[in-house]
Amino acid sequence: MVTITTVETLQDAAANKGQGTAFLGGGTLLMRGVNYGDQNVSRIVRLRQPESLAGVSSEGERVRLGACATMATILKSADVAFLHAVARAVGGPAIRNMATVGGNVFAPHPYGDFAVALLALDAKLRMSDGSELELERLLAARETETRLIESVSAMRPAGDDFRFLKVTRVKPRGASVLSIAAWLPRRAGRISGARVAFGAMAPTPVRTPAVEAALEGVSLDQNGIDRALQSVANDLNPPDDSLASGWYRKEVAPVHLKRLLLGQGTR
Amino acid sequence: MSKTPVQFSLNGSPAAVFVDDAQNLLDVLRRGVGDLSPKYGCGQGTCGSCTVLIDGEPHLSCLTLAETVEGRAVETTNGLAEGPQLHALQEAFMENFAAQCGYCTPGMLMAAKALLDRTPRPSREEVIEAISGNICRCTGYEPIIDAILAASGQPTRRTG
Ligand SMILES: Cc1cc2nc3c(=O)[nH]c(=O)nc-3n(C[C@H](O)[C@H](O)[C@H](O)COP(=O)(O)OP(=O)(O)OC[C@H]3O[C@@H](n4cnc5c(N)ncnc54)[C@H](O)[C@@H]3O)c2cc1C
Ligand code: FES
Ligand code: FES
Repeated sequence: MVTITTVETLQDAAANKGQGTAFLGGGTLLMRGVNYGDQNVSRIVRLRQPESLAGVSSEGERVRLGACATMATILKSADVAFLHAVARAVGGPAIRNMATVGGNVFAPHPYGDFAVALLALDAKLRMSDGSELELERLLAARETETRLIESVSAMRPAGDDFRFLKVTRVKPRGASVLSIAAWLPRRAGRISGARVAFGAMAPTPVRTPAVEAALEGVSLDQNGIDRALQSVANDLNPPDDSLASGWYRKEVAPVHLKRLLLGQGTR
Repeated sequence: MSKTPVQFSLNGSPAAVFVDDAQNLLDVLRRGVGDLSPKYGCGQGTCGSCTVLIDGEPHLSCLTLAETVEGRAVETTNGLAEGPQLHALQEAFMENFAAQCGYCTPGMLMAAKALLDRTPRPSREEVIEAISGNICRCTGYEPIIDAILAASGQPTRRTG
């Protein structure tokens, strides 16, 4: 049996967290578990007014997204137009009205497309205890994290420096065979400080350090990106699932990375 | 098991029910209120047959914790017709043979209503996007897409 505790603030929710307790975002994964008798959840803690943590705002060269902002909220905000293609890639319209940014960070494989984009955009999380944490660090240890996410701050990329691509089997919408997000700042036409993240290629969204290193100082053309394409396999050890085998994912990852980097195909 | 009182508007009329802990909205609508129009297909967000509108936007009622609709406006297919007068979408679904077994139909209608309320003359692509979270096992989707376009007063693939 699952009990519900309704609280006023995120700090109250965090204080209630413990073994078997989960915080309710949009519920698209949590309620799915409840409906199917998930024994890991015995209590759900929810905010009476999650809207209070659903704001989207600009902070200089960064944007801040409330953890309870839904994909639909993102799509309504002109401040984060660069994230629209990412939010639109999550589920169908009803899912997007429910699925939150915070929940996406905790979504298990093959989900977490939005978190892939946040990872590429150097996301930092503000946690319920007031601390700040890099998304990358949380993802590496998310199974044991007890704090809650209050908001996420991400870089606002210039021009077409940010790119996102999602590969699915089911059209027009489906779960990821893989997704890729790349933030490619350029100086005098050459990449400087690229961040490239993959989804559905590991248990959580991951960055690909070898790819990023191989992109440093190159221009975005076939010659420039060759070494990065060869490096993809070094960084990734994708799982098998009903959508694709790990072997297949690894084989096609360079093909899709090339399309993303050269701006060919779907973005 | 504790019960929580929840009040909301259902198709424009006030509704008040006691919900069980962790009960989902679909279950409350069907068993608590007696509105059988939203359907249980999968209980995991995949089929869309339980789609209802909450404050005008499509939501999956099977994944909605019932007590979160306190004070909100819920719309289901039961509220589409006005007396004997069917909604334009319902008429168009009949005219275009958009329902075979009919199980997906309430979810499709609500997804389509949300679209037309916002975008009265959608493109074919917008219609496809709007129903992309709804599965139909029978029709092959084309008659449903045609019906939604017809309800918006636009030519369908067959007529246009
Ligand atoms: C049919 C269907 C299609 C989907 N398609 C996609 C897709 O294409 N891409 C994709 O990425 N995902 C997809 N998902 C998965 C899911 O909808 C999204 O990942 C969504 O963003 C999860 O957010 P939520 O608010 O619904 O999470 P919830 O179900 O509310 O929570 C999920 C987990 O996150 C934790 N959590 C939520 N908020 C916080 C917070 N603020 N701090 C700490 N922990 C928190 C919860 O405790 C829980 O453990 C799909 C799901 C369904 C059912
Ligand atoms: S019953 Fe809700 S999506 Fe299938
Ligand atoms: S008419 Fe049978 S599932 Fe759509």
